[in-house]
Parts: sequence; structure tokens; C-alpha cells
Amino acid sequence: MVELTTPVRWLLRLVAVGYVLLLVAWPVSTVVREAFADGVGPVLDLLADPHVVHALSLTAQVAVQAVLINLVFGVTISILLVRHEFPGKRVLSALIDLPMAVSPVVVGLALLLIYNGRTGWFGPTLESWGFQVIFSGPGMIMATCFVALPLVIREVVPVLTEIGDEQEQAARSLGANTRQTFWRITLPSIKWAVVYGVVLSLARSLGEFGAVKIVSGNVVDRTQTATLLVETQYQGFQQSSAYAVSFVLAFASVLCIVVVSILRPKEKH
Amino acid sequence: MSAATLEAPPGAPPRGRPRSRRPRTTLTTGSSIGLGIAVTWFSLLVLIPLAAIVVTAGERGWAGYWDTVTSPQTLAAVRLTVGQALLVTGVNVVMGTVIAWVLVRDRFWGRAVLDVVIDIPFALPTIVAGLVLLGLYGPSSPLGLDWAYSERAVALALAFVTLPFVVRTVQPVLGELEPDAEEAAASLGANRRTILRRVVLPALVPAIAAGAVLSFARAIAEYGSLVLLSGNRPFQTEVVSVRVLTHVENGSTASAAAVASLMLGVALVVIVGLDLVQRRVSRRG
Repeated sequence: MVELTTPVRWLLRLVAVGYVLLLVAWPVSTVVREAFADGVGPVLDLLADPHVVHALSLTAQVAVQAVLINLVFGVTISILLVRHEFPGKRVLSALIDLPMAVSPVVVGLALLLIYNGRTGWFGPTLESWGFQVIFSGPGMIMATCFVALPLVIREVVPVLTEIGDEQEQAARSLGANTRQTFWRITLPSIKWAVVYGVVLSLARSLGEFGAVKIVSGNVVDRTQTATLLVETQYQGFQQSSAYAVSFVLAFASVLCIVVVSILRPKEKH
Repeated sequence: MSAATLEAPPGAPPRGRPRSRRPRTTLTTGSSIGLGIAVTWFSLLVLIPLAAIVVTAGERGWAGYWDTVTSPQTLAAVRLTVGQALLVTGVNVVMGTVIAWVLVRDRFWGRAVLDVVIDIPFALPTIVAGLVLLGLYGPSSPLGLDWAYSERAVALALAFVTLPFVVRTVQPVLGELEPDAEEAAASLGANRRTILRRVVLPALVPAIAAGAVLSFARAIAEYGSLVLLSGNRPFQTEVVSVRVLTHVENGSTASAAAVASLMLGVALVVIVGLDLVQRRVSRRG
């Protein structure tokens, strides 16, 4: 292996640490400083505000439902893509990654064009059945599902490919049916990949902003999520409240990252 | 493998089944239903809505589409977005590779923390990202750098949200690089610089390219972190995604779809490009 000279090693170390410090670590620490500028008491008061409580609980509900949908869909698609052959598989496998590259604003617009109640392709029909998508819960869940869609799949597919299907074949030849094979063989071996996928999806879902902004309508106490509340409050000169909610969101997302980084090495042992 | 040979010994007639349906790869009834439901959901959620953007963009004909896309304000937004995205991608190629190198080959106190911090931009809500950057580089900056509402603010926000991509694609490749080639080169008299340039770097190029493509795509698509930081001033700090949103808020969905179709085109090119890069990587491996 190439050994760098000591000055070069120190230079690279300094550049890497300095860049990350100035771009990420220091800015992120300002949210703590700003939120707790006047101590813990005012933060708790601000977080007890009914609008804030509603926004945070709405965010949690939307995120959890979106993650559950993506979990079931992601595991199903991963198994189908890795374990089966069917026409159109390559196209599907490439299209699954598409939500990663599409702007959240485009996601919101796309859902709006299909599901809005006046001019959408399916919206008016769905509303005549009493099912409102845009400016209500289902639209927000769909937007969140869309942006976090590939995360579970990208974690599970490599693991499924690597473990191969010999154990599943053995289980099946010993008489296990599809359900038994899935619960007893496949799921335990992809367990950690599923956990990472879920935690990463959760972080992404809690923080979704652009797509939800378009499909939710941002109605206070009805469809205003925590991220939308931060924008509204910051621009409405309620900055201490914006910082308090931002702190909660930042704490949740950093917690997700730390959980994944603690769990990840365990798998290698 | 074993079960397949048990069911259909080699050379045995296909027993009425179509030849392409080999037992190991056939969809069972259950998995066909699963595939059907999954594809239906995927179509309702992703494919049909994205198709609607293309259809709506074409509603006013080619002339209308061309007028919207080439309006001075949209062109200014496209120029700004592509320019800053290229700039930030260039920065990421250099800094991402350096950070990946330090994370894999260097040992120092705090390295594990650095490794975790790299992922923060990926998980932090984008609106919060804008807010925290405003704290350090805004009007009340402790560094005395007031970059808010300028082009630099756009570059800063994009650099923040795209930081993990090159690092996370290069890091595993660098970690799995066999020391043999480097040792062989050294034993044949190559100096350090030559080894880095001729042995290490070529092995990293596909990973760096994949990371660069991802970070360019993310930069083009970014919206949330720019809301509070860039001020969205037309002709100055307005990016393409903000153009789309402005059209949506004005109720002109056809114009919004026209601009959005440009972004969708970039996304499709990126996905195809990434697919090709990944195939090249897997062929080498």
C-alpha cells in the first residue's frame, strides 16, 4: 500500500476535517445554539404550542405510514428482482431508482396533475367516491413514499444477491411453502438490511419538504407538517419557534444516522 | 440449482411448459400476484404521474413549450442551476475523493465521528439544512461571511446536500482495493506519485464518476435547502425547481410541467448513465 509522507497525510487530514467542519458540523451545531439561546424552558413552551404539536404529530403519522408502505413494497420488489426472471425486469430495476434523481418539486407537480380534484386524470373520479388525495393525508403519504421509495430496495437487493438462494432451495426441497421460506429463511438473513432501509427511509420521510409543500396546501392545523411549519414561521418572523422545531427534526435525523452507524459494523462480525 | 435439476433432469422434455419458463426462474402464482400489485402501485405512484408531466407539457404544442422553456427568466434559472451544479460536482469530485481517502487509509482520533457526520446532509431535512447554513453564513454570521441571497449561497446549499455522494461511492471501492497491485508497482520501482496516478486512481474512476453523476442530479433537483438561504430572486438566485414551484403557485400547470420536463429529462439521463457505469464496474469486478 502507498504510504504518504507525514506532511501530506496531515494536509489531507486537515483539508477533509476542515471542509466537513465548515460545511456540516459547525452549521448544524448552530441550530442547538439558536434553539437553546434562552435556556431549555422557552423551547419546551414553544414546542407545547398546539400548532407545533399538530405539525409534529402529522409529520410522524405521515412518515410512519409512508415507511410501512415502502417497507412492504421494497421487500416485495427486491425479492422479485433478485429471485425471479420476468420480462421487463431490467427496465423496472432501472426505473425503481428514478425517484432518487427526480426533484421533490417535480414529484409534487406530477402527483398534482393526476390526483387533483378538478382537472386531474384520476382526481375527480376518486373525489366522487369520497376519497380526497391532494390537500389531504393520502397525497402527503404518496409524496413521501415517492421520494423515499428506493431506499429500502437499495439496501436489500445487494444483500439478497450476495446470500444466494441455496438455503431457500434447501428449505423448499424439505417441504417448506413460500410463506415459511420467507419468514424463516429469507427475512432473517436480510434483517439488518431491512432495518437500515427503514431507518434511512424514516429520516428521509420526516424531512420531506418540496413535494409535500405542493400536495398538502400547507393549511395550519390540517395539512401543515413540521418542515412546512419551519418555513412559515421563519418567514413570519417567529424565528425562535422555527429553530425549536428545527432542533427536533435535526435531532431525529441525526439519531437515525447514529443508530445506523452503530448497527452497521455488527453485521460484519 | 439442486431443486431445479431434481424437477427437470437435463435433457428431459419440457413437459408442456414453454421453454423460457425454467423452474428456478418462473413466477409462481403467488409471486405473480405480488408483482402485479407492486407494479400497479409503482405505476400509480411514479410512472403515471411522471407521464402526466410530459403530456401536460405538450398540451400547448411545440411553440408554447418552446416559449416557456426559453423565456429569459427560465433560461437564467437553467444557467444558474447547471452552472452551480457543475461547480459543486467538481468540488465534490476533489473533496469527496480526499475525504474517502482519509476515512479509509488514515487513522486518527475522531475519524469515526467524521464518518458519521458525512451522512448528516443525507438525513437532515433540507429546510433545516438551509436554516443551519444561514446561521453560519447568513447576516449574523460569526465568521463575518454574509453570503445569504447570493450565488454563493446557492453553491453552499448544493455543496451541503451533495457532500455524501462521492464519499460514499468511493469509500467502499478504496477499502476493497487489493494492496497487491500497489506493492507490485512499488517493487518494480514506481514512486508514490506514479502508483497513485497509474494504479490507485484508475481503479477509483468508475466510482468517482458514479458519485459525480449522483451529486450533479441531486444538485439540479435541489429545492428545500435553497428556500431560506438563496432568497429566490429572479435572474439572480432563482433555480429551476423554484421556477416550477412559482408556475404551480400561479396556477399555470402547463408552464410548470414544461420546465419540470427538462428536469425529468436530466433525471432519466442520469439513471441510464448510472446503470451503464454500474454495469461497467460490475464487469470489472
